[in-house]
Amino acid sequence: MEDVIIGLEIHVQLNRLQSKMFCGCSTAYHNSPPNSHTCPVCLGLPGSLPVINRKAVEYGIKVGLALNCRIEEETLFYRKNYYYPDLPKGFQISQYDFPLATQGQIMILGDDGIERDIRINRAHMEEDPGRLVHAGTIDRAKYTMVDYNRCGMALLEIVTEPDLRSPKEARAFLDKLKSILEYLDVFDGSLEGAMRVDANISLKGGDRTEVKNISGFKGVEKALSYEITRQRNLKRRNIKVVQETRHFDEVRNITVSIRSKVEAHDYRYFPECDLAVMRIAPWVPAIREALPELPDAKRQRFVSQYGLTDDHAKSLTSEIKVANFYEFVAGQASPKLAAVWIADVLKGELNYRDRGIDAFRAEHMVEIVDLLEKGRITEDGAVAIIRELLDKGGSPQEIVKSKGLGKAEDETVRKAVKEAVAESAAAVADYKAGSERALNYIVGQVMKKTRGKADAGEVHRLVKEEVDRA
Amino acid sequence: MITREDVEHISWLASIKIEEQEKDEFVEQFNSILDYFHQLDEVDTENVEPTYRVVDLENVFRDDVACKSLSQEESLRNAPRREEGYFKSPRIV
Amino acid sequence: MLSELKEQLPAGSAVEYLEKLFEKIEKSRLNAFTSLAKESALAQAREFDKSPGKGLLAGVPIAIKECISTKGIETNCSSRILRGYVPPYDAHVIERLKAEGAIVMGKTNMDEFAMGTSTETSAFGPTRNPWDLERVPGGSSGGSAACVAGGEAPCALGSDTGGSVRCPASFCGIVGLKPTYGLVSRFGLVAYANSLEQIGPLTGTVEDTALLMQVIAGHDWRDSTSAKKGFSLEGLKDGVKGLKIGIPKEYFGEGVDGEVEKAVWNAISTLENLGASWQEVSLPHTRYALAAYYVIAMSEASSNLARFDGLRYGLRVGEDQDWHTTFSEIRSQGFGPEVKRRILLGTYALSAGYYGRYYLKALKVRTLIKNDFQNAFKQVDILASPTMPIPAFKIGERINDPLSLYMADVFTVPINLAGVPAVSLPCGFAGHLPVGLQLMGPHFGEAAVLGAAQAFEEATPFHEARPEVI
Ligand SMILES: [Mg+2]
Ligand SMILES: [Zn+2]
Repeated sequence: MEDVIIGLEIHVQLNRLQSKMFCGCSTAYHNSPPNSHTCPVCLGLPGSLPVINRKAVEYGIKVGLALNCRIEEETLFYRKNYYYPDLPKGFQISQYDFPLATQGQIMILGDDGIERDIRINRAHMEEDPGRLVHAGTIDRAKYTMVDYNRCGMALLEIVTEPDLRSPKEARAFLDKLKSILEYLDVFDGSLEGAMRVDANISLKGGDRTEVKNISGFKGVEKALSYEITRQRNLKRRNIKVVQETRHFDEVRNITVSIRSKVEAHDYRYFPECDLAVMRIAPWVPAIREALPELPDAKRQRFVSQYGLTDDHAKSLTSEIKVANFYEFVAGQASPKLAAVWIADVLKGELNYRDRGIDAFRAEHMVEIVDLLEKGRITEDGAVAIIRELLDKGGSPQEIVKSKGLGKAEDETVRKAVKEAVAESAAAVADYKAGSERALNYIVGQVMKKTRGKADAGEVHRLVKEEVDRA
Repeated sequence: MITREDVEHISWLASIKIEEQEKDEFVEQFNSILDYFHQLDEVDTENVEPTYRVVDLENVFRDDVACKSLSQEESLRNAPRREEGYFKSPRIV
Repeated sequence: MLSELKEQLPAGSAVEYLEKLFEKIEKSRLNAFTSLAKESALAQAREFDKSPGKGLLAGVPIAIKECISTKGIETNCSSRILRGYVPPYDAHVIERLKAEGAIVMGKTNMDEFAMGTSTETSAFGPTRNPWDLERVPGGSSGGSAACVAGGEAPCALGSDTGGSVRCPASFCGIVGLKPTYGLVSRFGLVAYANSLEQIGPLTGTVEDTALLMQVIAGHDWRDSTSAKKGFSLEGLKDGVKGLKIGIPKEYFGEGVDGEVEKAVWNAISTLENLGASWQEVSLPHTRYALAAYYVIAMSEASSNLARFDGLRYGLRVGEDQDWHTTFSEIRSQGFGPEVKRRILLGTYALSAGYYGRYYLKALKVRTLIKNDFQNAFKQVDILASPTMPIPAFKIGERINDPLSLYMADVFTVPINLAGVPAVSLPCGFAGHLPVGLQLMGPHFGEAAVLGAAQAFEEATPFHEARPEVI
């Protein structure tokens, strides 16, 4: 999609904090009744004043550094003045000049299969507005209900340059961003509303539209695809794209214009003098020092330390939890075998069930890889064990026993080999006369005797040994 | 000079409806007040830093500790219109 | 005097005293109070009568300006838009007063949202000056000053954004202090212009003002601009021997009422006789202070008052339409003309294309004014001037000419721009109307300012004069 130009503004909730950005209300409001996690500050009651959460700023710096940004030496908050029912003060405390972080980049895999940097324009701190619940759809509701539990959550707004060329690349960027944020332990993407995206889309030479407040990565892909198609069709019909703000209707999977006079943006930014300036330069070295290993670095290390393929390393490092899971298993069982079974099998089974890596115990994976390595179970058996564990629980050993998934015991196999060789004099003679293939008959006999539970390769080796000895 | 259109635009930005008959009065008052403000133009402020905050404070923070919030009932007590624990807002579009 | 009252109360009855005040207020024509907290106040007084506490203000009733949040007591800033709003929390100063045993007796009238110099813009109608019922008490803390001067309360709290404590103190012949910005927490003070305002006491004597300051000053983590400083009575009675007083030449002459000027010069002579010396100084940017002040105050107000939209508290009128129409209608009906004027002009001053010319320019001029004071305080210890250029004017005389009303603040607003402390105390009469002397000090120079005020008060009878209110 050569002619597509996409830039993203991503609002990330720093939801691993205990309290909101400017007040002490708890961040654990999910599944709580509406307006039960509010106070005079986040409700914007007259006379209340904000106080900055130090850790929120530290988290912001952490993210800035992880996105390879320059961190401002001295930063401050501004008021962004506009009216909306989700905004209790009639302004949002945000940043403007001297935002926390600027000029960064992160690497994604482009549609052309080549990795490239997507530039980050800036990352700034602000407070989350409340949540609007519409009675029906946004353009038909008779009234709207407001829940301020979310209001005042610490947000980081990350703004990219218009470097993305397709919905798929946008998705890849968001996946990578989420991965980094979770590595930093500042963000839990599983919580509702944790990451919300505004997307600017245009076709080369045309005006851009902004699709606001898309939640969910699938939503972003769908909204962008719809919007590109819409703009292409307008172009084909020689109709100019209007520069405007649009809303993504998740139910109908379309974007709709929210034409209103709000378009005439004039936010009248000015410094929030209820808050002091933040001289953060001295904090940066220590925070940089304490940064954890990030996805790209971990991926490289997995390749060099465990001898993995780059694909496996990438797959295993995209989520911090999966990476930790893998390293636990690789520490106690064959790292290469573990990589195959976690990246290719377990992740697929989890995906299919829409579950996370938390649903599987790393100790169980160690056992399974161990059994595979020792030849005690077959590959099919291993898959069956993983499925059983996910669907019903239990332990690998129990499942091997109860489902009879274990390969035949060594003694049984040896006995069967001896018998089969003794009973197949003609085949033995053929083999001795130079026909390698004659052994296959004997192997088949052994498999029959063991009802298929023996490993065919192993049986072949044992039969050859026995015949050679005889 | 502030015009009637300016007053209308400001009224929209400030979310305060102005009645037709008030507009001319505002135009006149605003112009005389702004005229007075324009004496600031006389002051040479080149190389003068603005004073946003009158006392120099920096790095004022709180610790990331969660405290008790208001109850839902307390939060909503002053709301003129509410429904099922929510503040009831006029429609969006 | 509060010290006498504190001696009398335990011997007599706090309930009896309070009931007398309430009786007087109910018969009063001053219209100083907007609401009385009879029930809670009497309950507290009964408690005191049972076992008198040891707090600095044990059993002492105090009147509180409408814009200071009081838990469970309506706080409406004398505005229609906030009628019925009952805060779920106490302002920091109220917590401190309660901790020292003071009894909140009621809320006092003010100019709507503290925007005024006469207490005429209140939704409750004007408060009258106890010295002349046809005249204004000054503003915006007119109710707090009038009730103290008229004997309806022993002391009160006001707030001072551009003279709102000192002006009514001057017009009503009592003592009022605007503390150094940051000395008293603003937590719970409904903001008008947050970078300028402070809560301050209004009392009959300097000692009482000092006593209240001892209670309300001090660090509060909930206000990020709160200084890590307290207030002490030390040096209050040390006299003025050797004190160098600066007389800013720009605060005398043209525009100042002859009798006012005479009273102030007499006061300077009195201080000289007590051992102080005086010299003329210059605050060269004084003539620009008024314009700078109004630009800044209006700009901040336009943002601070954006939260009043009828959604979470306050006025909600008519059938809901779309949110913008509804908010605009509510704000149109809820705010009075002066408040609208300031919000609209402030919005204009911050809007795209005008920010540099108005807001930023005013902040630069503010720097020059602050520097003027800093330079003056290199030469002298305190400054002395009239508080107001004129004595109390007649109700209705200026209200329809906003600019002439603004002009009355010419000597009080520079103090807020510079953030320094200033006290107004009675120093004589212009005809039958009190004249206020303004003493200004450097940042956190309250001790010097109040020490000089105390020495002056001890040497003069003006603080003993009380109006006969019919
Ligand atoms: Mg934003
Ligand atoms: Zn809160």
